[in-house]
Amino acid sequence: MKIAITSTGNTLDSKIDERFGRCSYFVVYDTESKATEFIPNPNKEAENGAGPASVQLVASRNVEKIVSGEFGMKIKSLVDSLKIQMIVVKEQSKTVADIIEMLNH
Amino acid sequence: MSPRNKKLRKVLNPPPIKGFKPYGPEVNELSGHEPILLHFEEYEALRLCDYDKYNHHQASVIMGVSRPTFTRIYASVRQKIAKAFAEGKQIAIEGGKVYFDSDWYQCLSCKCYFNNPFKDSEISSCPLCGSAKVSSFDIDSTTSDTREFGSCFDMCICPSCGYEATHQQGTPCSTEVCPNCNAKMRRKGRN
Repeated sequence: MKIAITSTGNTLDSKIDERFGRCSYFVVYDTESKATEFIPNPNKEAENGAGPASVQLVASRNVEKIVSGEFGMKIKSLVDSLKIQMIVVKEQSKTVADIIEMLNH
Repeated sequence: MSPRNKKLRKVLNPPPIKGFKPYGPEVNELSGHEPILLHFEEYEALRLCDYDKYNHHQASVIMGVSRPTFTRIYASVRQKIAKAFAEGKQIAIEGGKVYFDSDWYQCLSCKCYFNNPFKDSEISSCPLCGSAKVSSFDIDSTTSDTREFGSCFDMCICPSCGYEATHQQGTPCSTEVCPNCNAKMRRKGRN
């Protein structure tokens, strides 16, 4: 299963990004192969429509869950209809490595 | 003056079917008629009220509308279904001012929030940390009616020896006594 995590940087020590649509990087983590893939977000500076475009980007990677700090109004129903689970993490001090560790429980 | 805009109504699940058709030998002479349009919010109102057996107030909180509005939606769906039955008309479920949303949950061990996109299956553990301490979470749950879904996972702690026990909902921690040192207990994480 693949899980997308929004990240502020391109290393595992970077903190998670509290925004979904305009985060710096998406980290796609594969729970089976334990592989991580960093995708720079092309919609970071977008004026509008960053959320739906980002959903399309991560949905094309066949992720089943998205971990982020917040999800906007426009995409909640979109993500919901794609049967992707949204996980909201409110602790901004968590790093990507922390999240991956928690996912492996 | 234009009328006030309708509020968006929250619908949990879209209906499994698009509508209903009457059957029997008389259908042909009636089939030329227009189907009766049932809006999604009306379907949801009927489902919450008569299938899930919520009262109008609880159901209105779930749909994010006021109680009088809910009752109006409910009255309209009863009228429409009765009309379809009495006149032998088709029912088509479509349209309406709605948004689809799934149930949200909160994990009490890692403090994250998550939704359940697989609406027919139950959530039993947190998708992030795997803890079973999850409770139902409603963003608009400020009224006491919806708070009762969540169960309490707080701990009582003894301030002198550190003994911990699961907090019993409804009984203040200070009425509990530590079995080791007979001191009054206190809620963990609260001073």
